[in-house]
Amino acid sequence: MTNTNSILLSVEDLSTHFSTEDGLARAVQGVSFRIQKCKTFALVGESGCGKSVTALSIMRLVPDPPGKIVSGKIMLEGKNLLELSERQMRRVRGNQIAMIFQEPMTSLNPVFTVGNQIAEAIKLHQKKSSEQAWADTVKILDGVGIGDAERRVYEYPHQMSGGMRQRVMIAMAVSCQPDLIIADEPTTALDVTIQAQILDLLDELQRQNDMSIILITHDLGVVAERADDVAVMYASRIAEMAEAKALFENPLHPYTWGLLKSVPHLGFEGKRLQTIPGTVPDPLHFPAGCKFHPRCPVGCNDKRCQAVEPELREVQTGRHVACWYAPGYETQQERNEYESKYRQ
Amino acid sequence: MNQNTDSNGLLLNVEDLKTYFAVRKGLLRRTVGYIKAVDGISFGIHKGQTLGLVGESGCGKTTAARTIIRLVPATSGSVTFEGLDVLKADKRQLQSLRRRITIVFQDPYSSLNPRMTVGDIVGEALRVHKKLSRSEVAGQVSEIIERVGLSPGHINKYPHEFSGGQRQRIGVARALVLRPELVICDEPVSALDVSIQSQILNLLKDLQDDFGLTFLFIAHDLAVVEFFCDVIAVMYLGKIVERADAKELYGNPLHPYTRALISVIPKVKTERRGQKTAAGGEVPSALNPPRGCSFHPRCPLAEDICRRQTPAFEQKGPRPDHFVACWKC
Repeated sequence: MTNTNSILLSVEDLSTHFSTEDGLARAVQGVSFRIQKCKTFALVGESGCGKSVTALSIMRLVPDPPGKIVSGKIMLEGKNLLELSERQMRRVRGNQIAMIFQEPMTSLNPVFTVGNQIAEAIKLHQKKSSEQAWADTVKILDGVGIGDAERRVYEYPHQMSGGMRQRVMIAMAVSCQPDLIIADEPTTALDVTIQAQILDLLDELQRQNDMSIILITHDLGVVAERADDVAVMYASRIAEMAEAKALFENPLHPYTWGLLKSVPHLGFEGKRLQTIPGTVPDPLHFPAGCKFHPRCPVGCNDKRCQAVEPELREVQTGRHVACWYAPGYETQQERNEYESKYRQ
Repeated sequence: MNQNTDSNGLLLNVEDLKTYFAVRKGLLRRTVGYIKAVDGISFGIHKGQTLGLVGESGCGKTTAARTIIRLVPATSGSVTFEGLDVLKADKRQLQSLRRRITIVFQDPYSSLNPRMTVGDIVGEALRVHKKLSRSEVAGQVSEIIERVGLSPGHINKYPHEFSGGQRQRIGVARALVLRPELVICDEPVSALDVSIQSQILNLLKDLQDDFGLTFLFIAHDLAVVEFFCDVIAVMYLGKIVERADAKELYGNPLHPYTRALISVIPKVKTERRGQKTAAGGEVPSALNPPRGCSFHPRCPLAEDICRRQTPAFEQKGPRPDHFVACWKC
């Protein structure tokens, strides 16, 4: 389905663990995916599923200790990012991969003007003079929809609204024209009408600058509208990965299916919402076998689901699922059995 | 002016409620202006119904709720709860009101005292309001704890031992243990994970049926409330801009702000990017709201009159209970 030339970044078998006082937390386990050039890849999951740690691992920003990337490869244009020195990595950050964080207030420095903070990145990464960097800053702020940019470069973060601050974060991220932007819940802290504006802005910048985007979110609605490819994470692993359209039309993993059903949406007529019973497992005490089995309507009583964890496998062209019951995961006969259970 | 022509059967009736906060500056702390957090809102809730109060952050929805139960002093207006004037209630009446109106808070992490056990948190209200004996409190606490989907074994645990969803269940148990008539749900699910949100919403709905509760449900977007509410009021900068039956509001939204809110609800299972009705710009500061209609700087339909005069909140459209404040619709 994908031609290797169009792959910008590939993550192979990434595992990141944290050692805590209470034991080893396996935050990310054996995660693999590929980001295509100029496409949006969404990493979806609930809190604690490992989506942010995956992003931090790509940026090599996992705090060590307690965190450690224990295995895997992160290939960007032939280089394995995990083998670079800290110095080389610093050149990758900003220039090739940039990140937008969830809470713009805590990720901007309150004692510097926003202009200062953006210009600093340009000076450091692109070796430009102060004047040139400042001129670029004004241009970039203007480009992310901050009106009156020449005046607002002198403002401090607290003088701006949440939506404006997030625009500043985006300006900072695109200031060095990276190939890849990792947006970690970029709109979660914002009001609904502002969320749409920010996502539209990201789309527009993606088209202008030919960037790829990793969009990390818990909001399936955002993903359905914006992403090209989607990976659904559950309890430190990818449960299902596919093109967005296929995934939303026909989810194969019971978790994806449950998530889609439990989102209140327009035109909902019923009296009760569908739910996934139980809660997200704690990374210190993952259940044995498939980590979703205690909450799974299909496999909760299945001995195999309780004992053996299914690997992420390609079950149809372009569709990866980690579920014993996913159609195509095993033989036709088992598939038929599965479908009769699944339908009821 | 009573917009609820039929005030019978109304459990709570709010009329022209205003809550202003004085802004003081300088050495003498002179009042230099007012933040009109709630600026003349009116609505009524019938017994057993759910009214959704929807708006973006800073629109005054939480302040309105807090004013209704007198946690914040009102500037003017009236709040009537079953014939009783809440804003003029004396200390004794107020205490009985707080038994009959309770709140479920937004953030289950900060609204539970970390040093109290679940039993103490839920039972505190019983001890204060009903002066029950220890064993009676324990009996009622374990009953409600089970009713919200926790087990009696949880009673002696502390909040940190629970997940977000379970904590919110504790918050619900605390609000319901006194068997209130009106429950104010202040964004009860917005701090929770997607798969947990629907569990809590279903729980609230079940409890409403079982206990005959009336809800004032506060939310910041329109996705959640459609399923949950009978009547929806949309707030913008301290004012209700549109109020209608839930079906009517979604089927025939009149105010451009309501339309914008509906259009930004992401649609799972549709192809990419439906047409969004633009609400450009941002919510203006409540300290210095725009003249005329406060939505006009963001409104695609704004005309001269919108910039000069505030539109009245009046009945429009085919349904008699559909009210909107807009010059252009």
